[in-house]
Amino acid sequence: MISFKVATGLALGYALTMSAAFAGELVINSDQSDPAPKKAMETLLEGFKTAHPEVTVKWNNFDHEGYKSAIRNFLTADAPDVVAWYSGNRMAPFVKAGLFEDVTDLWTENKLDDQLKSAVKSMEIDGKKWGIPYSYYQWGIYYRKDIFAEQGITPPKNWAELVAACEKLKAAGMTPFAIGTKALWPTGGWFDYLNLRVNGYEFHMDLTAGKVPYTDPKVKAVFEKWAELVKPGYFLENHAAIDWQDAIPQFVQGKAPMYLMGNFAVAAMKDGGLKEEQIGFLQFPEITAGIPMAEDAPTESFHIPSGAKNKEDARKFLAYLATPEAQTKMNEVLGQLPVNNQSAKSNDPFLKAGFDMLANAYALAQFYDRDAPAEMAKVGMEGFQQFMVKPDNVDAILERLEKARGRIYK
Amino acid sequence: MGSTVSARSGFWKRNQQRLAPWLFLAPGMIMFAIYVIIPIFQSIWISFYDWDGLGPKTWIGLGNYVELLDDEAFYTSLKNNILWLVLYLLAVPAGLAVALFLNQTVTGIRLYKSLFFFPFVISQVVVGLIFTWFYAPDFGLLSALIKTLTGQSIAILADERYVTLGIIAAGLWPQIAYCMILYLTGLNNINPEQVEAARMDGARGWSLLWNIILPQLGPATFIAIVVTVIGALRSFDLVSIMTDGGPYGSSRVLSFYMYEQALSEYGYRMGYGAAIAVVLFMIMMVFITLFIVRMLMRERHA
Repeated sequence: MISFKVATGLALGYALTMSAAFAGELVINSDQSDPAPKKAMETLLEGFKTAHPEVTVKWNNFDHEGYKSAIRNFLTADAPDVVAWYSGNRMAPFVKAGLFEDVTDLWTENKLDDQLKSAVKSMEIDGKKWGIPYSYYQWGIYYRKDIFAEQGITPPKNWAELVAACEKLKAAGMTPFAIGTKALWPTGGWFDYLNLRVNGYEFHMDLTAGKVPYTDPKVKAVFEKWAELVKPGYFLENHAAIDWQDAIPQFVQGKAPMYLMGNFAVAAMKDGGLKEEQIGFLQFPEITAGIPMAEDAPTESFHIPSGAKNKEDARKFLAYLATPEAQTKMNEVLGQLPVNNQSAKSNDPFLKAGFDMLANAYALAQFYDRDAPAEMAKVGMEGFQQFMVKPDNVDAILERLEKARGRIYK
Repeated sequence: MGSTVSARSGFWKRNQQRLAPWLFLAPGMIMFAIYVIIPIFQSIWISFYDWDGLGPKTWIGLGNYVELLDDEAFYTSLKNNILWLVLYLLAVPAGLAVALFLNQTVTGIRLYKSLFFFPFVISQVVVGLIFTWFYAPDFGLLSALIKTLTGQSIAILADERYVTLGIIAAGLWPQIAYCMILYLTGLNNINPEQVEAARMDGARGWSLLWNIILPQLGPATFIAIVVTVIGALRSFDLVSIMTDGGPYGSSRVLSFYMYEQALSEYGYRMGYGAAIAVVLFMIMMVFITLFIVRMLMRERHA
């Protein structure tokens, strides 16, 4: 009997520490499990502590992959005060289910529409804003400067030059592009850029919003361009068996000297032993002349769950997160670009290049799996992967995507 | 007070014989109801809805099942499940062969037995990772071997023709060990007198195995088939670890497809996932019924 009492006591105590929402305590759940994001988060929290010493922060850091399913549980069961999530269509289910708090007031109070201009669209659903973006990064083609110089290739500016460069590299015994599609999403980057360059931003947004059929000739045209790279074998063979990190060694060893990736790949390339001057960055070249260049730039953000217990401090935290100082400091550690346009510029050559590119961009897309609803993204990227293995099946693939579109967007 | 006690004890005394078994069964039955029976009906119920797990449910009747009938990915998964069922059963004869081979008295046989049993002890996740490396293009042992033999490199896990076979091969490794252990225990219980008698009558080799040994291994075979069939139907971890269903969904099995639709990053279609689960349950039900009928018949004969 006594032992039973002790056991319940322990269980009760455990339950209490788990819910852990004491007055003045701010509970933050996020998924900064990789070293750089983790350190950036610590920097942010330190800064917040100095600015608001009256608030004690309790930070629960989750594993990156596990977080994606965990968030659904804790948002409904025991909501923290602030959560990390993604903007665009990835937050739509939570917004529609009423699990995120409308923070439009924070934006108007702090005049953020101006300062966070580039991310306004991606944080908006139904004319309201649902979070504060703090960081984004560019996508583009990273290439081996030394190998390009050796082969006498100048960074391609348009499609013909890109194909010519590929031909030259292939003839020299290399595979032009590194890629690993096991996790599917790297294929999304390719589709995004080809579609943005062939058909432009508006069409891409209409497509990911489900307004255009995948069997449209314009979509077909994207795959025809893609086939010009797939059919001659310009992508790593066996890419379906490997993850994006597994393709990095091929890039480092010079077997595949180009890589369409997000800026986070640079750290992995440097870890692999490349020096900064060996890596170059180039904007994805023009395909259809005259179409304004839009870019992929996924944005990261924090949100307040509608079930939060300490919304007052959560608002303080989000307001702090929006300031140029906080974003400068955090992104310095993170190696990404601050969203606030009054932040200090970075000295990192890749970030500089990315900043210049994005500042002049016609518009920013979030990424295929954030612009399209999750279900469509899954079917779509699976189709892209299949296309990259079997380019001749393009019609069957597009019909399958169209069928999925008919079901998903009702 | 005394009267109530006597009344209560009277009721207890009168019904003790009838109540006692139910009382003993109660904890198990309650658990079984909460964790097995009720969820089965809940799944069937959810399969009639369109539901993302958060928002309101919409009743769509048989909509999910109609969609399943027209879903390529579902047929791929079903086909792979059948492939799994058929090929996974190879573990039973293979396990028997290993068991017969190891059923001898040599110095250190215990060590050999435990070495053969080892793959079953390590977790499926580890098995999956080991085989992923084994198959890995460029540096994997198998692909290096194939390359030296044929001059061509095959990325087994990236090729829709071989991927499921590759995963099943990984699954067979621990499953054979499991069947082997079942048969080894079975072989321990074989009546030596019968074997001796058969030998005296001139039975050797195959006829000895077929007519004398195998019939006595009946119970072991039954259990081996049951666990293998169930193992094949719920094959999930290896698919998830080794390919994540890829390339482009060609190595999916039903359980993995259900998980993907209902619970994965890009899914959250609870209704559709539940419908897949119900189909999987129906398939399992066929085998479960067969096993139960067989078991009941045995008990009646015994």
